[in-house]
Amino acid sequence: MTILERCGAQAPTQESRPWPRAVVDADGWRFAASQLAEGLWELLALWAEAYVVHSAVRDPASGEIAVLSLPCAHGGYTALAQWHPPAMRLERTIRDLFGLEPIGLPDARPWLDHGRWGVKHPLGTAQSTAPEPPGYQFLPAEGEGLHQIGVGPVHAGIIEPGFFLFTANGETIVRLEERLGYVHKGIEGLMVDSDLDRAIQLAGRTSGDSTVAYAYAFAAAAEAALEIDVPPRAILLRALMAELERIANHLGDFGAICNDASFAVMHAQCGILRERVLRAANACFGHRLMRDRIVVGGVTADLNKDGRAVLRGLLGEITRRLPRLAELYDKTASLQDRTVGAGVLNPALASQYACGGYIGRASGRNFDARKVIRYAPYDQLVFEVPVLAQGDVNARVWIRIREIEQSVAIIRQILDRLPEGELRAAVSQTDTSREGAAAVEGFRGDIFVWMRISAVGAIERCHLRDPSWFQWPLLEAAIGGNIVADFPLCNKSFNCSYSGHDL
Amino acid sequence: MELMRDLAVQGVQMALVLALAPLLTGIVRKCRAHFQRRQGASVVQPYRDLARLLRKDVVLAENASWLFRAAPYLVFASTWVAAALVPTFAVGLMFSWSADLIAIIALLGSARFFLALAGLDVGTSFGGIGSSREVMIASLAEPAMIMTVFTLALIAGSTQLSTIAETMTFAHVGLRVSLGLALVALILVAVAENGRIPIDNPSTHLELTMVHEAMVLEYSGRHLAMIELAAQLKLLLYFSLTGCVFAPFGLVGPESPPWVYGTAIAAYASKLAIGAPLLALFETTTAKMRVFRVPGFLGAALMLGFLGTLLLFVSRSL
Repeated sequence: MTILERCGAQAPTQESRPWPRAVVDADGWRFAASQLAEGLWELLALWAEAYVVHSAVRDPASGEIAVLSLPCAHGGYTALAQWHPPAMRLERTIRDLFGLEPIGLPDARPWLDHGRWGVKHPLGTAQSTAPEPPGYQFLPAEGEGLHQIGVGPVHAGIIEPGFFLFTANGETIVRLEERLGYVHKGIEGLMVDSDLDRAIQLAGRTSGDSTVAYAYAFAAAAEAALEIDVPPRAILLRALMAELERIANHLGDFGAICNDASFAVMHAQCGILRERVLRAANACFGHRLMRDRIVVGGVTADLNKDGRAVLRGLLGEITRRLPRLAELYDKTASLQDRTVGAGVLNPALASQYACGGYIGRASGRNFDARKVIRYAPYDQLVFEVPVLAQGDVNARVWIRIREIEQSVAIIRQILDRLPEGELRAAVSQTDTSREGAAAVEGFRGDIFVWMRISAVGAIERCHLRDPSWFQWPLLEAAIGGNIVADFPLCNKSFNCSYSGHDL
Repeated sequence: MELMRDLAVQGVQMALVLALAPLLTGIVRKCRAHFQRRQGASVVQPYRDLARLLRKDVVLAENASWLFRAAPYLVFASTWVAAALVPTFAVGLMFSWSADLIAIIALLGSARFFLALAGLDVGTSFGGIGSSREVMIASLAEPAMIMTVFTLALIAGSTQLSTIAETMTFAHVGLRVSLGLALVALILVAVAENGRIPIDNPSTHLELTMVHEAMVLEYSGRHLAMIELAAQLKLLLYFSLTGCVFAPFGLVGPESPPWVYGTAIAAYASKLAIGAPLLALFETTTAKMRVFRVPGFLGAALMLGFLGTLLLFVSRSL
């Protein structure tokens, strides 16, 4: 039986691709919640429209994905987070943005809305209110000898804003509570009624370091909705850009994690390599981060002969130098002393939260959208997904190193088989509204995009779910019992996105 | 005449340490940058930073007490005096006869005491973390330092640094196991006391990992300049101390003719020039340790100092 049948759903809507979407009733919604709570299904995303909530669930046993929709005529719906905690922040966000009340949600506090927008429920009824700094109630941590350390939202380094409240006993962290939402840009609101060209630009600006992956995911969802066949050359070029982005970010993280243990020489060496990747990207595609190079229907930048030579040179350099850096990392006892056993994420939590990317894979969750969902062109490429079980900072570093090696192998295959041909297919007009979804593996994990496009080709509703939604809460769990001075190291090894999460 | 000469030597020494301290920090930073394949700031950047800080206004927390305002000057003054007591290019320092190694440790200890109080004074969580960590490190570093001093004092028969330096230079002490142990212990203590990697990272921006920097996070303007200069003086002090006890070449003795002072200062400068890259190299090749590993690190220093003293006793009684 399919997911939809088991939830007692009505007939799926015809316009939804590639995964079916159907309306369920409250019982079906509850049944899905129980399946999620028992760990039989995974929650991929949870989002809303005015008077409807949608959830994308995946059955790991069969690999099936389906979207369940629950109409909330009275402005309320049954909160999944009562049974399935990963939905908590998503449901608080839905309440902030749409005003739909998650009934039974244990946490009544707002999440993205800090009371400073001048408007309440901006995507729902949108009532304007006077900006008021609300008194946000942090969760209590009581006991003898506990003290609180508030860090942020503005940090000393050049990073994004987020507030961290530590409750510590001396140096030992008893509880960490995050508060995010400082960089809410209202991207989903901006997308409404914009055309696809504008919308994909917005998608590419959701999280700057994942601009390729976001545009890739958006384009894939739009193409699924409109049934566009992307030319083979463009498919491979997209994957090439995505792997370059992954290599650049993993190199940056590798160095930055070591730098947080005050091992600056690795930061410098990785910085040089990362810069080479960005310059190669600039030489090949005309932009260091390859922003706006992926469009609906294909790509805008081609790879010429010189570009191939540049990339082959780059891959050679990475292949030469990365093993030496990995060896330096592995042989530096003082560094290993910091990373091994620090910030351990329990594999049970990683699978409960369906946590993707290097965080999940370092805690034994064998999920990579490239392998599991097998979207083109990864179904034809040979690569491995590294998985480790330790779940500590060291494991997250090694997953990154191994993934760089795999990405290098992928790019080599792409360069070998890149066919000549068109770069972009025409975007056809449809006469009905269409829905599409996609999940694309960014460097942090799987980015999920769902959209509905109107008959005139404008976005009616688009939801972008950053992998960090299911990673930020796990940082709180992983840091418990560690010492305060180890937080920056653990945090860097997670490297969650503020911008992608705050949207 | 003797008095005049000692006074002049002392005066030159005080000016010299003050003038050289920022340069030493600049050189260490430059070397670190070089090892990381960066160009790095100029070696005179610390002077520019101090000048900039002195020009700037002080931003004070509303609840800062007089202690917070007085602490930078107290810290600077006691560190400067301590640095002036360690022979750099000449023994026979005027003040040296009134203050010995124990006094130097006490001066540095009181500087730290005031800084730790100032860190707590404004009541921010980072100041508290910094003070707590600093005091934890100090409570372990000071005994280790005292044990090292005992080793030296037993060999030289005095805790006066001038006497120790003279003994080392002119009395042909020779190679001794105890001295080797004391040298290692002194270097470990120096690394911890100056907040260098692997104990603390002076160039970090991560508030949660800071020790010394967390304590002084609330300081600005001329207050910060005083504290930075004091930190630079302290680094110079430990370089001078290691140099005058374990590499006492080129020190001007009490009976020397006046023209050797030039070469003595050159010898001192070359000791600094050799030491700075060594420190930078050490800092580049190691990561910072977990806060709770520090007791082990300083425990090693304490044991080495203790062993050095013990060996001396054993060898004497034979």
